[in-house]
Amino acid sequence: MTDRLLSLRQVIDRVIPQVDGVLAIKRGPGGIVAPFLFTKAQSDTLDQLAIWPKEPTPDTLKIIQHAHPEAKLAIVCRGCEERGIVEMFKHHQLVWDNITLIGLQCTQEEAEFCRCAKPYTVHASLIVGEPIKGVPDPLTEKIAAMSLEEKQAFWKDEFVHCIKCYGCRNICPQCFCNICALEDETWVETGRLPMPNPSMYHLIRAMHMTAKCVACRECEETCPAGIPMAVQFRLIARDVQEMFSYETGAVLDQKPPQLLVLEEGEYERTGLPH
Amino acid sequence: MIEYKNVLTTCPYCGTGCALHLQVLDGKLMGTLPAKEHPISQGGLCIKGWNAHAFVNHTDRLTTPLIRKDGKLVEASWDEALTLVAEKLGTIKTESGPDSIAFLSSAKCTNEENFLLQKFARAVIGTNNIDHCARL
Repeated sequence: MTDRLLSLRQVIDRVIPQVDGVLAIKRGPGGIVAPFLFTKAQSDTLDQLAIWPKEPTPDTLKIIQHAHPEAKLAIVCRGCEERGIVEMFKHHQLVWDNITLIGLQCTQEEAEFCRCAKPYTVHASLIVGEPIKGVPDPLTEKIAAMSLEEKQAFWKDEFVHCIKCYGCRNICPQCFCNICALEDETWVETGRLPMPNPSMYHLIRAMHMTAKCVACRECEETCPAGIPMAVQFRLIARDVQEMFSYETGAVLDQKPPQLLVLEEGEYERTGLPH
Repeated sequence: MIEYKNVLTTCPYCGTGCALHLQVLDGKLMGTLPAKEHPISQGGLCIKGWNAHAFVNHTDRLTTPLIRKDGKLVEASWDEALTLVAEKLGTIKTESGPDSIAFLSSAKCTNEENFLLQKFARAVIGTNNIDHCARL
């Protein structure tokens, strides 16, 4: 057990008697990890506690909390997962007061793997590991520097590999609409592969990720075609920051732009056509 | 007490052998998660794998064999259904010969089940008319 895993174990040992369960990652058969709810009744399972690879735990938290709204739950979360929880709370997907955050700070290696600008938590009161600075995202910078034609060519070439598994949507903790535009035949034709117009699927999703993507990169990781789609969301996030001074998942009481009613005169600040 | 776990299993839809997790909350199947670091699927799934949990408790799923009687499908026991199939296959074989019968197995079955079906086709019925669902 590494020092970091040991520290996490100690924090969980301290928290577990006070809550109904601690959501973290457990190493299972063949060393494959998956989210697991550790409870005091089965505390011996903590021997299989794991840290990496990260898993889409905020979505799992939602599933558990939906069935048990009153339960006191703790969750081991990284910076991105914490942002996901904040954003889900703002969209009424989670009950914030019933959640204890255990902040797991990412290592340099992990942050570089995710090209992460904020590999640390800000809300968690219990902290494991030392927070490190964000790392650059060379891929996003490379694409941002392209001309419009180059960008179009780049994305067209990426999207054409899409096998329309819907994995990026399914794994996304921020994709929780009951009615999904991507299942609407008007936009995304069913029953044909390769898709006649793959940009439709991906650009609709990119638009819907505006001010919602928390840069966890779960979509990229699950994509069988290796499409670096988080790059789109990161570039859109820059615009959202500039237009609405909104950083997704950062501040608890700042309303997301989708839920905002702009006062008169405020349109000008956003730079939007009006 | 709340119980949430993931059960690692193999996707039932084709022969590739992707791994997936079935999410189980309080003994109830809730959804599918891909398995990161699995040597075959490496954290990815296709649209079928992502929905592998959906048919398990689906209301359209048949839970007993059905026999068509007077144009209507009627629930039947396995003994009744298998006896009827055996009788009909026997009659067809006698009247029209073994090659009037064909068998279609499935990529969703195990190797052993597929082996058994071809054995049944060749050794019991006496035909080489055996293929699988991907040819449909």
